[in-house]
Parts: sequence; C-alpha cells; structure tokens
Amino acid sequence: MNAFIDFYAAPPGLTAHAAPLLVIGPLIAACAAALSPSTRSAWMISVGGTIFAFWMALCLAGEVARNGVVNYYMGGFAPPLGIAFRIDALGVMFALLISGIGVMAALFSGHTLEAEIMKGKRRLYQSGFLLCVAGLLGLSATGDAFNAFVFLEVSSIGTYALIGVGVDRRALPAAFNYLVMGTIGATFFVIGVGFLYAATGTLNMADMSGRLATLGDSRVVEAGFAFIVIGLGLKAAMFPLHGWLPAAYAYAPSLMGVFLSATATKAALYLMARFLFTVFGPHLDFVGLFLTWVMAPVAGAAAIICSAQAIFQTDIRRILAFSSVAQVGYIMLGVSMASAEGVSAGLFHLFNQALIKSALFMALGGLAFNIKATKLSDFSGVGRTAPWTMTAFAIGTFSLAGVPLTAGFLSKWRLIEAAFAAHWLWAVGVIAVSSLLGLIYAGRMLETIFFRAPVSEERAGEARFGVLVPLWILAAASVWYGLDASLPVDLSTAAAQALGLAPAGAAP
Amino acid sequence: MPSFATPLDANTIVDIALLAMLAVIVVAVARTRSLLTAIILTSVYSFISAVWLVVMDAADVSFTEAVVGAGVSTIIALGAILLTRSECSRIPWRETLLPLLLVTVTGGLLVYAALDLPSLGDPSAPANIYVGRLYLQHAEHDIGTPNIVTAVLSSYRGFDTLGETTVIFAAGLGVALLLGFGERALQDTPRPSMAKMAESGQHVVLRVSAKMLIPMISIYAFYVQFHGDLGPGGGFQAGVIMAVAIILHALVFGLQETMESIPPQLARGLSAFGVLLYAGVGVVNLTNGGNFLDYDHLFPRIFEEGLPDSHLVGGHHIWGQHFGILAIELGVFLTVASTMVTIFYAFAGRAPDLSPHGEG
Amino acid sequence: MSFLLGHFNYLIVVFLMMGGLWITFSSRNYIKRMIGLALFQTSVGLFYISLGKVAGGTAAIVLDKTSKAGEALNAHLSPDYVARAGVDGVVYSNPLPHVLILTAIVVGVATLAVGLAIAVRVREAYGTVEAGEIAELDRTEAGPRA
Repeated sequence: MNAFIDFYAAPPGLTAHAAPLLVIGPLIAACAAALSPSTRSAWMISVGGTIFAFWMALCLAGEVARNGVVNYYMGGFAPPLGIAFRIDALGVMFALLISGIGVMAALFSGHTLEAEIMKGKRRLYQSGFLLCVAGLLGLSATGDAFNAFVFLEVSSIGTYALIGVGVDRRALPAAFNYLVMGTIGATFFVIGVGFLYAATGTLNMADMSGRLATLGDSRVVEAGFAFIVIGLGLKAAMFPLHGWLPAAYAYAPSLMGVFLSATATKAALYLMARFLFTVFGPHLDFVGLFLTWVMAPVAGAAAIICSAQAIFQTDIRRILAFSSVAQVGYIMLGVSMASAEGVSAGLFHLFNQALIKSALFMALGGLAFNIKATKLSDFSGVGRTAPWTMTAFAIGTFSLAGVPLTAGFLSKWRLIEAAFAAHWLWAVGVIAVSSLLGLIYAGRMLETIFFRAPVSEERAGEARFGVLVPLWILAAASVWYGLDASLPVDLSTAAAQALGLAPAGAAP
Repeated sequence: MPSFATPLDANTIVDIALLAMLAVIVVAVARTRSLLTAIILTSVYSFISAVWLVVMDAADVSFTEAVVGAGVSTIIALGAILLTRSECSRIPWRETLLPLLLVTVTGGLLVYAALDLPSLGDPSAPANIYVGRLYLQHAEHDIGTPNIVTAVLSSYRGFDTLGETTVIFAAGLGVALLLGFGERALQDTPRPSMAKMAESGQHVVLRVSAKMLIPMISIYAFYVQFHGDLGPGGGFQAGVIMAVAIILHALVFGLQETMESIPPQLARGLSAFGVLLYAGVGVVNLTNGGNFLDYDHLFPRIFEEGLPDSHLVGGHHIWGQHFGILAIELGVFLTVASTMVTIFYAFAGRAPDLSPHGEG
Repeated sequence: MSFLLGHFNYLIVVFLMMGGLWITFSSRNYIKRMIGLALFQTSVGLFYISLGKVAGGTAAIVLDKTSKAGEALNAHLSPDYVARAGVDGVVYSNPLPHVLILTAIVVGVATLAVGLAIAVRVREAYGTVEAGEIAELDRTEAGPRA
C-alpha cells in the first residue's frame, strides 16, 4: 500500500475530490459518448473516461495509504443526513481493479464493437459501457446502503441491454434471465436494507454497524441479513444462484465478457464482504454460523461442481463462465474463514481472477473470426495461425489452472495456507480436487487450440494490434504478479485489515 | 419507550380495505392467461396503491406511482404485447411446485421478521425517531423548501437522485440499443406500427380534444415541475407528464408527425444532456469550493453575499440551495421526459414482425 | 387483537410481494414474468412506506400548527401525543422512506422498459416469448445468428 504514497501525486484540488470524481468522470464521459459525433470519438471518450477514473483511483490509493480512510460527504451533509462515500483499503482495491480493467476493456472495445455491433449503435454501446463502469465504481466507494442499491442498478440496467444486442440470438434469452435474476437480487437487497433501516433508523453503513452492535440480535436484523446475502449472492452468481451467468457471459458481445467477468460479480462480492464484516461483523452469532455452516460448504461445492461442469462444456466461453463460478467458490471459501489470512487470500485470488478472465475473454473476442466460432472444436489449431493471441490465452489458462510461476498459483497457495491455519483440512482437500479438475479443462482447451490440426483454411487471423496491447498487458500482469506478488498481496492484506479481521488463532 | 397500539380509526380501516383490494388484484393477475387483462389489472393495482399511498401520507410517491405505474408502464407494456403476443401458455401444475416452495419459504421468512417489527404507525419506532425525524427538524433551515421530501430527494440525498436519473438514462439507452429509435416508422413504406393503428380511426372528436388536452397537460407538467418545492411533485413526475402529452400527440396524429417536431436524435441528446446538467451542477459546486452537489456553493461567495437576504434568518444563505434544486430538477425533467419519449418511439416504431411463427 | 391490527399491513404486503414473485417464478411467458416483477417491486415499495407511517400524521410538507389545516389535524390527537411524536407541534409521517421509494419506482420502470424491449427482440428472433419453446428452439436449430 505504501508504494502508492510516492507513486502518484495529483493536484491537491483534484485529490480532495477524487472520491466523487471517480464516479462522475465516467458518468460524464458516458453522456459525452452518447452525444459524440462519431464512433471513433466515442471510443476516445471511453478510453479517456476510464483512464481518468483509474487516475482518480490512484489518487485515492495514495490518500488511503496516508490516512487510512477517505470520507467524503455528498452535498456537504455529514451522515446520517447525507450520503457519504467511505473508501478504505478494500474499496481502493476494487476501485483500482474495476477502473484498471475498465481501461483495458475500453482499449479493446474499439476493434470489437466494429465487428459485433451495428454501425449506428456503437456510440450508445460505449455510453452504456461507461455507465456500467461508473456504477461499479460507485458501488466500491459508497458508504450508504441505499445508495449502493442505486449504483447496483446503474451498473446493471444498461448492462442487460448490452448483453442482448450482439450477433448471437441466444444472448437475448440470456439477457432476459439475467435481468429477471438481477432484479430479484437487487430487490431482495432492498428488502434487506429495509429491515435494517427498520431496526436502526439509518442508512449509513458505519452508523448502521454501530447501532447494530448495541441492538444485538433480533428477528428483523436476521431477516435483513438473509435478504441482503441472498440478493447479493444472486448478483454475484454465488453457487447455487449462478444459473443466469454462463449463458449471459458466453453469448454476450465480447466486450461484455471481458469487462463483466472481471468486475460485475466481483463488485457484488465486495458489497457482500462489506456487509458481512463491516455492517454485521463476525462477532454476531448468526453471521458466524452462516459463514461456517452455509457459506463455506456452498463455496466448496461450487469449486468442485462447477469445475466439473466446466469440463463437459462444448462451448469455449461456457467453459470460462463455469470456471468463473467455480472461482467465486474459492473466493467465498477464503472469505468464509473470517480470518485475516483467509479473506486476504480470497481477495488476492479475486484480483488474479479478474486479470485472468478478462485476458481470456479478450483473446477469444480479439480473434477475427470469433463471431462465428463458439464451440471449442472451432478453435482447433488456432494456436498455430494466431500465435501471439493464443500464447497470451495460454498464459491466462496456466494462471487459471494454478501452474507455478503464475499469479494464480500464488493465490491458491495462500488459500491453502489459510485453510491450514484455520484447521479446515476439508477445505484443503476441496481446493486440491477442484484444482485437478481445473487442470483438466485447462488442458482440454490448450490441447485443442495448440495440438489439433486446423479445421479449415479460413480460420485465420491474429488479433489486431489494438487488441494485442491490452491483452498482453493483462497476460504479462499474470506472470509479473506470479514472480513478484507484493502489490496484490499488500492490497489484499490491507483490505482484510480494513475489514477489522484478526489473524486466525488470535482471539478477536 | 411508551407502548403504542395502532388505533382502529378511519385511516386504518381504509388502509386495510385498499390493501385487501390489492391482494385480490394480485390473485387475479396470477390466474389470468390473457396478458391484456394482466396489464390492465396491473394498471388498476398501481392506481389503488396510489390511493393507499395518500392514506399513508406519501403524497409524492403516490403521484409518481400514478403517473409511472398506471401511466407510462401501462403504455410500454401494451406496446410490448402488440409486438409479441397477448396470451400466455398454461403452466402444468408440476412446474408450479418449485416456485411455490421458493415463494413460501421467502414469504415465511418475511412474516417471521415482519411480526417482530413495531406496530404500524408507531411514532417511536427506530425508523421514525432517528434520521427521518432529523430531516423534519432541519430541512427547512438547511434547504428552505417546505416539501421535505423534495429537500431530501434533491439535496440531502441528491446523489441518489443523480443515480436515479442515470438509471433512467441507461434504460433509454438500453431500449434504443435493442429496438432502435423508431427509424422504421420513418421509412416511407406504410407499416402497421402501433401509432398507425391508433391513427386509423381518424376521429375528428379525438383530434380536437387532443389539441385541447395537449397544451393543458404540458402546462400542468410545468406547474408540477416548479411547484415541487412547495407541494408534491418535481422533475420526475413533471417529466413523465410531459412525455405523456407527447405520446398522446403521437397516438392521435401519428408517429411520423410527432417525430418531425421532436426528432428522435433530439430526444436522445436531451436525455444525455439532462444527466450532464445534473452532474454539471455538482462540478460547479466543486469549483466554487464546496463538496459535490453542495448547492450552498452553487454561486461564488461574493455573488451569494451580494444577493438580498433569503427568507431565512441566521446568515445562512439558501439561494444556492434554491437555484441548485431548480437546476437539477430541470436536469431530471429533461432526462425523464426525453427518455420516456425515446422509449415510446422505440416501441411504437417497431413494426410487428409478421413472421411465419406469428401467433401474437 | 391490537397486535394483529398493528401488523396486518405487513402481512398483506408480504402476500403482495410473494404474489409478484410467484408470477415471475412460475410463468414461462416473458411478458407475464415482467408483470410479476413489476408487482414485486411495487409491493416492496409499499413495505417501506408502511415502515414510515406515523399514526395521526400528515404528509411531510411543513405545516403551521396554528393554520386551519394544522388545527384540524391536531384536533383528533392528544396534546401529549403531539408533543412526543410531532415536530413544532405537527405530527408528520417519516419522509425518508418516501424518498427511497421514489427512487425505487423509477428503477422499476427502467427495468420494465428494458425487460420488455428484450422480450420484443426475443419474439423477433425466435417467434415466441415462451421460455419452454425458446429452449426447444435453441436445442434443435443450429445457427447462432439472430
């Protein structure tokens, strides 16, 4: 974390308002993209808007490294009257992740929208993408429970349409299911917040947390907890509420696959961690029971069952989508340990997953022929015709499978260490079995891509240069953090500390 | 804490009667297979809940529910069944078991918790003694609008409202991405679009009364817009009412004629502009040394001090609050009105697809 | 009895919510599912509003207690109650849930519009909006293009 203090200095005027600008920047860019005269200018606005957001996230990281927490009162009204942004190390980690992946996705979008979206609609598509970025960033920064719902919807409403408008008609029912499940999830969240409001009279999360600590347990609070967890579980595609995810990610235009797989479910996970540890806190009986007896087994089941399902998919993007759900299982497993080691390992894994998944979807989306090809068999021998693209894909796959010298290996290793520290031997077994399954589907993809003969001649096409740049940045990051993981480890350790977690074994 | 029992007065009786009506409607919607019936019943549901909301003292919400739930939602839904089909298939009873189980468990959890809530109307319930009460005590001083809902909506929680405006903008964007901007209606070949069908009547009575109604509806929209500080209403409701006037024009005079006066590009541009205006006010506050959306800093300090005293004493200037709210409500109005028109254009301009599958 | 009276609202509102949710879960027709979702969301609004009701209160628009309306309102209430529940001599209902639900209604109509637009596109691409028939078409008909 301390690296951020020296890393960047912005004008103090900007730094003071970095919190709202983090969200407002992409929001204004979204409006500008909708009004812009051409596709190209919309793309430039999109890249500019996300870079601005990333810059603001860096400013916030510096501030958080210096002062611990950044509080910002919207409208100048202190909570509980006004809405406050409250950004700690955890929030900064997600802001950096979302805006960073946002920049990569924006760079990538220039090419992919040309191939997949009708001409007159590309500006609007950029605009919708930026709205989604703004919504997710708002989610990572807000300290107000109802405001979180608003941002949840800002990030989702446009997304439903963005998923549906590609060339694959199967994206439409997928988008519809996502809309229904996403809306039910968000509405459950609202019900939960309503119960908490009924119990505490406030919407500010920090205030809520303080009041819940004095109120103790009640049926209203328990129900609020249950609805919030189920609602966010739906949004985060937490097993077994993940039914909407594979089709939505597999058939959507590739920009959505790249961006959403790395950020959308992760942001819902962030919010869940926020509620579990900050608002409620593991000291409450029902939270502890939930973590140990519901979340941990479910996470373990997800890691194994969805990895196994991934093996049997014929569509390459569905393999990745099921793998995503399985990885959410790993992250949940870490979180459910409720220890500093477990949560930080889970967050580290989440960080790696975001990089990996966006790189993998980007490699697939960047291939010139990708529109027609969805089945794994279509990709036979592509490794020979598009070596640059597919080497990056292979690096991502190695990291996904947890091959040593990649970041994916390190985060799995830390998860196993945390499981030992918590004396959860069964969790170690789960991670081992699931990793084996992961090796199988990763091997299956690589075998088809590199060692099978190409099906026909027209399968060609290295991805364009504009795609290769963000793709290789992401792939290189996976290798870099596999060798020197100090940045993500620092971030996730600071984030776990910000949640107030003590190391396992030590009495809380 | 003094104990409280909900009184059995006229208020409570009306409340229970209206809720019972809503329950009957939900059962009817669940049972009917005609989608048209379901939509009309949903519209009735919205109207009755608007009445119920007045009983519950939620005047602003009631207004919104009436114009949105019973108005715009119904129009959109009717447009959608015109473009799809108006009957839904029978559900085999086996397929209802799992949903029934899910709903029973969820409902059980809700009841379990709801019975633990304070009685209806308890003034000392936690929800009512803390932040809600603080707004009632401070809003007039801080913001200066008699309508406290407006004060909270546009100033204390103005950031939520910015998000809400963005959601509307996103919805318009999504619908336009999915269905286009009604460009099919502008092509010269006549198509049986929704507006065309309504137009086919060509009743003189309809045209004359529409010509009388549209200006009145528009004026009412502006009244609601600018009266929002004092009574129920505001940019959102006004925007929807304005959109309804335009939609009425399209229904009576034909979509093409409306599109000539309000081109789809204009509507689309305005909906982005409204969000920009809202966010722009926030940025102006930043540059004048305040926090984001802190309207006290809408004007530079010197300018604010040069203004005559507002009607509040204590040296607290609220001109910034007053004009800030005015400006952001205008942003909301623009975005909402133009987005609703965009959505209507998109649905109305989409000719029903008469493919061989067509059973709708 | 008074317990039931005080919680009757919540029980019916829960029934309304679950009615909407049931329609969404059990229907195979996309339009019907959206209708169910809209009912569900509206009913959650009713739940919030119930939380904010204060007995004998009025809408949260500042009222002078000496005005005609203010006196009419206070005529039915004991001065003790007004002093306890009121602000400046007038009892108001809690405005905060109203604000939240205004936002939620807007989100609801936005969702409805996007959901129905997707349904229209599904109808154009598949010729039906019944989930079962769509799944069947996806199984039998090759060709990913819309």
